[in-house]
Amino acid sequence: MGIRLSQIAKTYGRPGTPRALEPIDLEIASGELVGLLGPSGSGKTTLLRIIAGLEQADRNPAGTIHFGSRDVTDVHVRDRRIGFVFQHYALFKHMTVFDNVAFGLTVQPRKSRPSSGEIRTRVHQLLEMVQLERFAKRYPAELSGGQQQRVSLARALALRPEVLLLDEPFGALDAKVRQDLRRWLRHLHDELNFTSVFVTHDQEEALELSDRVVVMSDGRIEQIDAPADLYRAPANRFVFEFLGDVNRLEGEVRDGVLTCGEARLAVDLPEGPQELLLRPHELSLDAAPSATAHLPVTVTAVVPVGAEVRVELAADWLAEPWLATIGHGDFERLDVRRGQRLHARPQRWHRFGAEDRPAAKPSLA
Amino acid sequence: MSLALPRLTGRRRVLPGFGLSLGISLMFVSLVLLLPMTSLVGQLSGISLAEYWAIISDGRVVASYTVTIGAAALAALVNGAFGLLLAWVLVRYEFPGKRLLDALMDLPFALPTAVAGITLATLYASNGWMGRLLEPLGLQVAYTWVGIALAMAFTSIPFVVRTVQPVLEDLPQEVDEAALTLGASDATAFRRVILPHLWPALVTGTGLAFVRSLGEFGAIIFIAGNMPFETEITALMIFVKLQEYDYVGASAIASVVLMVSLALLLAINVWQGRFIKRLHGGRG
Repeated sequence: MGIRLSQIAKTYGRPGTPRALEPIDLEIASGELVGLLGPSGSGKTTLLRIIAGLEQADRNPAGTIHFGSRDVTDVHVRDRRIGFVFQHYALFKHMTVFDNVAFGLTVQPRKSRPSSGEIRTRVHQLLEMVQLERFAKRYPAELSGGQQQRVSLARALALRPEVLLLDEPFGALDAKVRQDLRRWLRHLHDELNFTSVFVTHDQEEALELSDRVVVMSDGRIEQIDAPADLYRAPANRFVFEFLGDVNRLEGEVRDGVLTCGEARLAVDLPEGPQELLLRPHELSLDAAPSATAHLPVTVTAVVPVGAEVRVELAADWLAEPWLATIGHGDFERLDVRRGQRLHARPQRWHRFGAEDRPAAKPSLA
Repeated sequence: MSLALPRLTGRRRVLPGFGLSLGISLMFVSLVLLLPMTSLVGQLSGISLAEYWAIISDGRVVASYTVTIGAAALAALVNGAFGLLLAWVLVRYEFPGKRLLDALMDLPFALPTAVAGITLATLYASNGWMGRLLEPLGLQVAYTWVGIALAMAFTSIPFVVRTVQPVLEDLPQEVDEAALTLGASDATAFRRVILPHLWPALVTGTGLAFVRSLGEFGAIIFIAGNMPFETEITALMIFVKLQEYDYVGASAIASVVLMVSLALLLAINVWQGRFIKRLHGGRG
C-alpha cells in the first residue's frame, strides 16, 4: 500500500513559532523501503509520527495523508493498521515475549479476534521468523538489546500491517548487531512486501538499506533519491556535506589557477574567490606535484585499517585538516608515515554556488 | 600490601567508609527505633499471658480495632484511586500551577496532624461549611466513622502519590503509544499495559497509607467524637490508658498495633521484591 502525503506541516506550541515541519509533499510507492535521513531536529521523527498518527499535523495548511486510496488524515492511530517500531523497543516489561507479540491479536474486538489456538500458531510463526522461538517464555529484561528489538518487530508485524514505520530502529544497538539487523530487516521487507519508512541519522544506514532516501534538514526535504544517485549527484551543499566527510579548499582564482597560500590548482572557473569541496576518496597522494596541482601537505595521522588507508593531512594554507583515503598499494609505495611531506592531487571536486546548484565537476585525473 | 592481611582486604571496596557508615546507621536505628520498642516489650514482662490477653481482647478495645481497621481500609482504598489519578496528572500533563499542586502533595507530611484534625472538624461539624451542605442530605461526617476515614485519607495521601509518581515517570510514553499502534483502546491500554506496570508501586503506596492510618492519632481525635464502642480508634485507647497511668495496658495495646504494622510492612516488602525482580531481569 502506497503512502501519499500532501502539505503536511507541524508546529509545536503556539502558532507563529517556527515550524518543526514545513509543508511537505511526499509519495512513497507500495512495497518501497524509504529512509528518512537528517540530523537531529530536522523533523524526520515528527514526520514519521504524523504518518503513524501518533502526532497530529497542523490544521492550517490542511494537509492530507493517504494510505493507498484510503484517506487516513483523521483516522486514529489504533485504526490506521500500521506497525510501529520504537527506538527503545517500548516492550511491555511485565509480559513474556510471547504475550508481547500476541498483544495486538488479543486486544482486538471479540468479533474479529482470532481463537487462542490461532493466536498461538501465529505468534510462534512470528517468533520463528525473528529467530526467538526459544525465548517465548522469557521476560524482555532477560534479553539483549538486539533480541528485544526483534521482539518489537515481531509484535509490530503480528497484525500483518501493510505499512511498517520504524523510528531509529537500530539507534540503541552496537555496531555489529546493527549490521545484522539491517540486513535482516531488508530481507524481511523483500519477503513480506510491506511498505516501510524508517528514520535514521546514520547516512551509511540510510544508503545501505533504502530504496530511496529522503534527506531532511530544518523541517524541509532537501532531496529524495535512490542512494546511488543521492551520493553521485547531491542536490545541494547540505546533502553533500551530510552524506560523508568533506575537504574544503578556499582560494582566489586568477587566469584559471586557484591560489591559496603556497597551494595552486588549475581550475576552469570564473575569476574571484571560490570554494571547492572534495571527498576523501577523491584525493590521491604523491611524492611530487603534478602539472595541474601543487598542494603540499604534511601527514598528521595514518589509520591503515580496512580496505583503505585513512590519512589525515595538514598544511599552513588549510584552515581545517584534510582527510584522504588511499589504497594500500599507494600506501606501501609512498611508505606513508606521520610527519611526511607529500602532495595531494584532487581527482575531482565539487562546487555549490550561492544558488545551491551543483556546478560542473570536471575530472582532473 | 602484604598477603598476610585478613581476607576482607582481598575485596576492598572502592568507596571507603562502609564499616563506619553502617555502624552509625545501626546505632541510630537502635537509639531511635529499637530501644523504644524494646522498652515497650519490657513493660509487658510484668504481666502474664492471660492478663495480656484480657487487656487486648477487652470489648471496648476490640471495637476500636474494628473502627480503626475499617476506616483505614476505606481511606487506603480511596487514596489508592485518587493517589493514582493525582500521580498520573502530575506526571503526564503540563498545566499552570503544576509545581504548586506537586508541592501541595507533601502538605499532609509537613502539617501538624492536630491542625488538620481541627480544620476538618470545623469544616464538617454540623455548623461548618461542608457540614451544613451535607447535613440536609442525611450525611454526617464529623463524629462518625466516615470522619475518621476522611482524616486518615488526608494524612496518608502522599504515600500513594509519592510511591506511584517515580514509577510512572519511569514508564515511557512510548509504551502506551505502542499499545495504541497495536489497536488497543485507551481503556485496554491502561488495564493491560499501564496498570500492571504501576501495580507494585500502587499496592505498596496503598499499603503504606493503610499502615500509616492505623497509627494516626492527632488528625482523628478531633473529628472522631470518640464515643466508646463506636468512634474510638486504637491509638486513642492507648492514650486513654496512659491518662489512667495504666502504662502496662497502654503498652499491651501498643504492642498489637506494632505487630500488625510490622507484619504488613514486611509483607509489602517481600511481595514488592518479587515483582521488581521480574521487571528488571531474573526469573519472575
